[in-house]
Amino acid sequence: MKGTNLGEFEEVVLLTIAALLTEAYSVAICDEIERITDRKVKLGVVHSVLNRLEEKGFVNSQLGEATKVRGGRRKRYFEVTHAGKATLQKVKSQRDELWNLIPEFNLKMI
Amino acid sequence: MSNKSAHQPPRWADRFLEWYCRSEILEDLQGDLYEHFERNTISKGKRKARQIYCLDVLKFFRPYTIRKFKIVNNITSFIMFKNYFKTSVRSIARNKLFSAINVIGLAVSMSIGLLMITFISEVTSFDRFHTDGDRVYRVNNKYQYQQEDPTNFATTSVAMDERIKENIPGIESQVLMTRGFGGDAKLGDKVIPISGLWVSEGFTDVFSFDILRGNPETMLSEPHSVVLTDETAEKIFGSADPMGQTFQLGEEDIFTVTGVVKKPPFNSHFTFDALGSYITLMNKNGTGESGKRWMNAWDNMWMNYVYVKLEPNTKVEEVNQKLLALGETESEKYEHRIITASLQPLYGIMSGPDLSNNIGNSIGGEIIWILGALTLVVLLSAGFNYTNLSIARSLRRSKEVGVRKVVGATKGQIFNQFITEATIISLISVVFAYLLFMLIKPQFLGLDPSIERSLQLNITPILFLYFFGFAILVGVLAGFFPALFLSKLQAVQALKNAGSTKLFSKINMRKVLIVIQFTLSMAFIISASIAYTQFKYALGFDLGFKTENVLNVRLEGNDWQKLQTAFAAIPEITQISKSSMITSTGSTYAADMKYGGDSTELFYNDIDENYLELMGHELIAGVNFDKKTPDTDETEIILNEAALKRFNLGTPYEAIGKQVEVNNNSLTIIGVVKDFHYNKIEEGIESFGFRSNNDGFYNVNLKISSTDLPGTMNKLENAWNEIDPIHEFESEFYDKQIQSAYSQYQIMGTIVGFLAVLTVSIAALGLLGMAVYTAETRMKEISIRKVLGATEGSLISLLTRGFMWLLLISAALAIPLTYLFFEQKILNDIENRASIGVLELFTGVIIIFGIGILTIGSQVRKAARANPAQTLRSE
Repeated sequence: MKGTNLGEFEEVVLLTIAALLTEAYSVAICDEIERITDRKVKLGVVHSVLNRLEEKGFVNSQLGEATKVRGGRRKRYFEVTHAGKATLQKVKSQRDELWNLIPEFNLKMI
Repeated sequence: MSNKSAHQPPRWADRFLEWYCRSEILEDLQGDLYEHFERNTISKGKRKARQIYCLDVLKFFRPYTIRKFKIVNNITSFIMFKNYFKTSVRSIARNKLFSAINVIGLAVSMSIGLLMITFISEVTSFDRFHTDGDRVYRVNNKYQYQQEDPTNFATTSVAMDERIKENIPGIESQVLMTRGFGGDAKLGDKVIPISGLWVSEGFTDVFSFDILRGNPETMLSEPHSVVLTDETAEKIFGSADPMGQTFQLGEEDIFTVTGVVKKPPFNSHFTFDALGSYITLMNKNGTGESGKRWMNAWDNMWMNYVYVKLEPNTKVEEVNQKLLALGETESEKYEHRIITASLQPLYGIMSGPDLSNNIGNSIGGEIIWILGALTLVVLLSAGFNYTNLSIARSLRRSKEVGVRKVVGATKGQIFNQFITEATIISLISVVFAYLLFMLIKPQFLGLDPSIERSLQLNITPILFLYFFGFAILVGVLAGFFPALFLSKLQAVQALKNAGSTKLFSKINMRKVLIVIQFTLSMAFIISASIAYTQFKYALGFDLGFKTENVLNVRLEGNDWQKLQTAFAAIPEITQISKSSMITSTGSTYAADMKYGGDSTELFYNDIDENYLELMGHELIAGVNFDKKTPDTDETEIILNEAALKRFNLGTPYEAIGKQVEVNNNSLTIIGVVKDFHYNKIEEGIESFGFRSNNDGFYNVNLKISSTDLPGTMNKLENAWNEIDPIHEFESEFYDKQIQSAYSQYQIMGTIVGFLAVLTVSIAALGLLGMAVYTAETRMKEISIRKVLGATEGSLISLLTRGFMWLLLISAALAIPLTYLFFEQKILNDIENRASIGVLELFTGVIIIFGIGILTIGSQVRKAARANPAQTLRSE
């Protein structure tokens, strides 16, 4: 297994899953990332990232109910696992710590 | 629903996805793609959406999406194979008739296949023994006279060797060879005729013949050096060491043996008894004005071969371009002629195009293709038999398939089972095929002397591997359709109602196969009879002179005056004449003829004063040649009518006395002879002349009137042996020579006729199988009809009608197709040919119908005659 650290895009995907609550399936995740970050996201990329996150144990997935759209195919819904949440927390706190080290005037100069 | 299907992504992409994707993620992945597809359809249109869908499917082909192919499956299939084998053998043993039909048909056609495999592998194995042979090429000349079609020659000019050395880089080594080395080797009182080649020093660098004695670097560098093959060395010197020995060759030349080389192996495209050092020929021919011409002329290209070995990184195309440019510049010096050259790979010489002046025998790529295609047709025919009978009988096997499917067999497993069965049949067949192959092999080799000279068809161990692979291939191909058909059966349907109509949906395909089979059979028979008619026509054709009772004797370099005196003493010889060549047998001599600023190619024959009368040529105007003493110069010529027309020389009487130039000699026209076919009758008649050059005689023509032919021949041979004890007395009757000139038709007729017999018997076997099957399955129907009062005749017509229709359709296809094929392709270029008559076209059809009626009729009659009570009671 690849390590448990999060790549930048992985982090974005993981956060999006958390933000979408119960509606997190691949196409929706794609759309949401596109809306927030304003960058083109390929389904294939998201798909493989989701697969990797699941391998790392950060997300769980199960199939939803059958619907008439999508040619009758069910969606696979993702949710963030406890390990995923912990990692997100850890990443956030690391960032916060760094932010706190920056003096206020420096920030203003940016 | 229809609206929805209009917005479907491409079917194949979906299938592909379903095939490779792991089942756990397939559903949602496909769903995601669909969702994208629907969105794209709205935003970008249907076409674009479909394109994107396909691309996405391909992009998702990644390690984590690909299903793991189960190893377990492979193990079971291996275990199942034993079961398939068992059931197949049982099924084959149970249906003896059908198995026999299949095995016989396949064995017969596969024997031809084996012959073809042996043939092709032998032809492609030629010349492979040369090291780096893939870099060796022959320089072939292309000769174009005025606007006529160019002719390709295997020969090139002596000058070519030097020009290549000067102008073309990237050549590792090269060799110049010239025909005509040899003659009678004399040592003491031993005389042994040998023939070989003059070769330059590069011979040992380009070719890798096995050198037994001598230094390969120097053995061909001195004048009057000769390298013998071990066989020739033994003939001349016996067991003594030949190295450094001398012997006399021809009239005066003394040669020293500087090397011994192993006799060229059978699969070399050229062969020799001895090799003479090229410098000897240079010293002899290269002096004086004519010698300069011999060495430098670009058009002195009838006797010499140049082979080059390229450096490993030289590109053939580049050399070819340079050769072409070289040819174009050199040809500027010559009027009317363009002579260019190109490279031909050494490995391709045996199977390459048929070139003029070839150094040895070559088979010709065209013939390989034709034979290959014919073989394929025969194989197809037998394959169709298997497919047809298997599909027809699948009705019986459908229950078995049903049960297997219920127990859990997959489509693929059923498919494998039937492929296995077909392969077993074809493996049994190949054993019989091998026996048949051993029988037809000598027949094939004996078809034509030239085949026997150049082929042996040896069986090498690797061939058995090919044969095995071939059998597997045939089995898989023949079993493919039945296997596909049976594996597609639905378990429920197969078990519930085996006779349901769905099972017979392939009946049209069967009909199509039968029609193809019989169309091919008829086409074969028709072709064979057309070839035979053409052969007969060519032999019976009025050539414009008489060839009966004319015996042509080859002079073999003897003094014709002595022979003439000797032969004249035999009373059965009524007339004697001499000529340089034998006309109408396919070879021609040609010279350059000029008159009034115009020029053309003049075909000619050197004759003496008795020739025209002996051969019955008709002089329209003028006189015959006078009797000449040897060494008189050539001053006169007798032309044919076509030559007069070509040069506008006026009527035959006006032409007499005019001066024409032939090969720069001024000749007076003293006579005009009626047009006759000096070439084969496929060619038209063009300018031809009889010349009276005394040096040019190679043949003596004898008119014989004898009641005891063997006795006369004996006398001739005795007379010959007194004058020339060394060479064999070689003579042949003119008619016979003409006949062998047209042997191509005979060979073609024999091959096609043989194949016709094969395809017809195979097709008849298939028809028999189908008839047996139909009669069996409709037994009950027939019995009921009979009980209800149908007559035997009406039953027979009921059962045969279907087959007769198929045969009629085949005939309707075969006759026009074959006719057109021969009219347009084969006989089109032939100047004089037999027309294709109704008889040739319909004999084949009638034969096929006869065979068809016989096979079907016999079965149907049996069924119609059976006692209905017995059939019906047994239920």
